[in-house]
Amino acid sequence: MASKTRIKLPEKTAVGDVIEIRALINHVMETGNRKDANGQVIPRDIVNSLTVTFGKVTVFKAEFGPGISSNPFVAFHMRVPGPGELVFVWQDDAGVQTIERAPLLVG
Amino acid sequence: MSCDRSPPVEPQRHIKILSRRDIVLGASAAGALFGLLASRPALTAGTDAAPAAAETVVPISRVPLSEGLTPSHQFDEALGVILKDAEPAAGEPLTLTLPDLAENGNVVPYTIAVESPMTDNDYVHTLHLLSTANPQAVVATFHLIPATGKAMVSGRMRLAKTQDVVAIAEVSTGQILVSARKIEVTIGGCGNE
Repeated sequence: MASKTRIKLPEKTAVGDVIEIRALINHVMETGNRKDANGQVIPRDIVNSLTVTFGKVTVFKAEFGPGISSNPFVAFHMRVPGPGELVFVWQDDAGVQTIERAPLLVG
Repeated sequence: MSCDRSPPVEPQRHIKILSRRDIVLGASAAGALFGLLASRPALTAGTDAAPAAAETVVPISRVPLSEGLTPSHQFDEALGVILKDAEPAAGEPLTLTLPDLAENGNVVPYTIAVESPMTDNDYVHTLHLLSTANPQAVVATFHLIPATGKAMVSGRMRLAKTQDVVAIAEVSTGQILVSARKIEVTIGGCGNE
């Protein structure tokens, strides 16, 4: 099941600019350390990675552990090579991939 | 259970003879790592597993931690895996920004930033964020390339209790930078207490 995501890019960029990119996905990020009311361990269920590609290049990859807060948010940077499309792929422990695409507008 | 025995199958003769390192890794994967075998940390084993023996741990003196706070065994292990034999440099180009006090350990903002030209010859390729007192020491790892443009990553982390948080930056020149920062946590946020 795809989770809700939010991606924030600058509205206007120019080639060579270093821009900030913000990406968030709604996810419980269950650590695997907690127990339920019956004392049973609640199994770990986290988003364990976010891979961001532009063209064929992986410009940023984050690997998350259980120490990342729920609804994992990350801000990173990229030097604008030109117009194109950013592809965000989040992967969770269950093997579910959530894919979002965002156009990078230049000019 | 013996961990250095060959599996009970027909020996596969085309396979190269196991090196000592393979045996060490295999042993750690089997969860039966003995101190004698582990003269080095299990480099490729997952950081969750691999109960490394005490003598494989990198001395804490290599990272500037606060007085009076004892880092977890998991932290020592994770540090050993990242640093290997390297001598990290504490300091200037790397900054870890955290609040001094977190009332809610569930959501603590962090920023890791390295002053780096991010050129093909000199760029930060990996950033590590480690906790010295969470149940899992490795909070996050970030991989960058020169096209990332700026070695600066932020997000939100969980902290179980008052502790040092450690950031490590690996630079393409081979340099490793370390920065540690103490943070007071009022209500822990790892659901482990």
